[in-house]
Amino acid sequence: MIDHAPVLMIVLPVFASLVLTLAGPLGHRAAYGLLILSIAGSLAAALATLVQVVEAGRPVHYHMGDWMPPMGIELVIDHLSAGILVMISGCALLTAIYSMHTARQDNPDRLHHYYALFALLVAGLMGMTATGDVFNLYVLLEISAISSYGLLARGRGKAYYATFRYLMMGTIGASFYLLGVGYIYIMTGSLNMADLSDILSRPEFKDSVSVRIGFTLIILGIWTKMALFPMHAWMPNAYSRAGTTTACLIAPLMTKVSVYVMLRIMFTVFSVDYIFQQIAWSRLVIYLASAAAVLGMITALSQRDLRKMLTYIIVAEIGYLTGGAWLANTAGYTGAVYHILADGLMTLCLFMAVGAIIYRTGVSTSVAMEGIFQRMPVTAGVFLIAAASVVGIPPFCGFFSKWYLLQGGVEAGEWVFVAALIIAGLVAAVMFFRLLEMAFFGRLDDAVMENGSQNAHAAALNIRMDEAPLTMLLPLVITGAALFGLGIYTNEVVQYLIRWSLPAGM
Amino acid sequence: MDDLFYFIISKYNYWAAIVLFFIGLYGMIVRNNLMKKIIGMVIFQTAILLFFVSIGVKRGATVPILKFSPDKQPLLDATAYANPLPHVLILTAIVVGVAVLGVALALLQKIQRVHGTIEEDEILEDMRK
Repeated sequence: MIDHAPVLMIVLPVFASLVLTLAGPLGHRAAYGLLILSIAGSLAAALATLVQVVEAGRPVHYHMGDWMPPMGIELVIDHLSAGILVMISGCALLTAIYSMHTARQDNPDRLHHYYALFALLVAGLMGMTATGDVFNLYVLLEISAISSYGLLARGRGKAYYATFRYLMMGTIGASFYLLGVGYIYIMTGSLNMADLSDILSRPEFKDSVSVRIGFTLIILGIWTKMALFPMHAWMPNAYSRAGTTTACLIAPLMTKVSVYVMLRIMFTVFSVDYIFQQIAWSRLVIYLASAAAVLGMITALSQRDLRKMLTYIIVAEIGYLTGGAWLANTAGYTGAVYHILADGLMTLCLFMAVGAIIYRTGVSTSVAMEGIFQRMPVTAGVFLIAAASVVGIPPFCGFFSKWYLLQGGVEAGEWVFVAALIIAGLVAAVMFFRLLEMAFFGRLDDAVMENGSQNAHAAALNIRMDEAPLTMLLPLVITGAALFGLGIYTNEVVQYLIRWSLPAGM
Repeated sequence: MDDLFYFIISKYNYWAAIVLFFIGLYGMIVRNNLMKKIIGMVIFQTAILLFFVSIGVKRGATVPILKFSPDKQPLLDATAYANPLPHVLILTAIVVGVAVLGVALALLQKIQRVHGTIEEDEILEDMRK
């Protein structure tokens, strides 16, 4: 059984999604249980593989159908992907538990179809992370993209047009990736990542124009998918108009997995030498990343809609990640990989907390934050932890990733990036202090008025009890604890996972 | 001049793919009508599919099933067979393209129901209200 864990973590959600499409007559409770069961199985398989990889100290290879690579498709789970697989399935499981009330509210009809897409998206993301084949990655990329279009469109109303624009951009991104794979395939005749890296390291490919164009197309496609600064316009509308559960699932995972794909292409398929000596775009990319970080945070500051604000924070975080990956030193790479894990959890935590607040108050602008500490103390407490983590206050994990990124920036002498990180952090601090001030000292009367109650005293009493339901609160608290835990165990994560995944020559 | 002509003619499959690629991209980005955007998207994807299919073509080659010479010896000459892999990949990519097209059309129908139009500027105006 343990030998098949790498494939089980992908197959379980796929199988669940097939069953879920037919599970309508069984009712929503059965659908909910089935979803949780399959994703829990996926998480267990991911954890088992992680343990295996860390204990053996080398990657786990799984040959699909026992066809040997480079002809067959293989799944490769190394120190980099093992951690991210656990993060994906963990976040998905928490969101699945969280979805009990919100998903039913957003999807009064055909909840099982919604859950089928949910499971399929998780399968696609897990597959993208685990696969060792560039074309297989394209197919899984499109599987996750198509299911995310379906999920986002369930926000209804304005969500349809926002999703349509996302679909256009997503298709352009994926098609660029496919075209780039075509160029690389013509030159090398292979699609297996390990095999490609062997072939591409030969001296005759050093100056090949076709390989360079292939790389450019692939990386442009991935940047579109991960919403790097000039290509980010599709994201805020698509994410902020989605249903609560959808936003909690897609916002932390989709963009982070795309960043992981970028790292894979840069450092596994191509090499450190090729990226930083032959391509040598570092300067330009770091400027883009810095612009993303600063402009993303400033735009976030100017938003009134809570979830739109959070999506602009993602734009900024993508800037941090991209900058770290292109710094070309150990600290930058460590920061980028660690930040994939940290930011996945932080974004999940923020979206869950805001989702719970919107669920209870019915208001989605920052007015909803008024007096939240009195009304929903636990949710507000976790929101405070997530905010502290985004701003970068120790001992939460956001501090450590920023620390590594800053260190990398200083070592590489990229002062623009260092300045951008600091400015973005300060802007984030201003933004969250404004929200938390409202949350602490906001007038309760406003909230009371919104609830339409006549008797202010009785309403205030009622409001005091108005915490989110347990199925929402529990995942929220676990995520908050995970932010703390990841921060405390930073050293172990870096030592046992990220150090091992350092690309050769860095 | 002859060189340029030869350069274009000898790689005409790439040129055809590039022209279609940009027609599609133009349609997706510039057009105001969402249906035309979808048509642009299909042309754009088809350009890439044709590019892949054309690189798998080999003149005088046959399907990659092992052939036997009259004296029952297997023909192990790689040049006699076409490379099936690009075509197999494209079979998958076509399926992906059809799925995306289906989702796009379904979304378009919903957009038409919500906004009453499929012209982009009118939708944006409707959303501002």
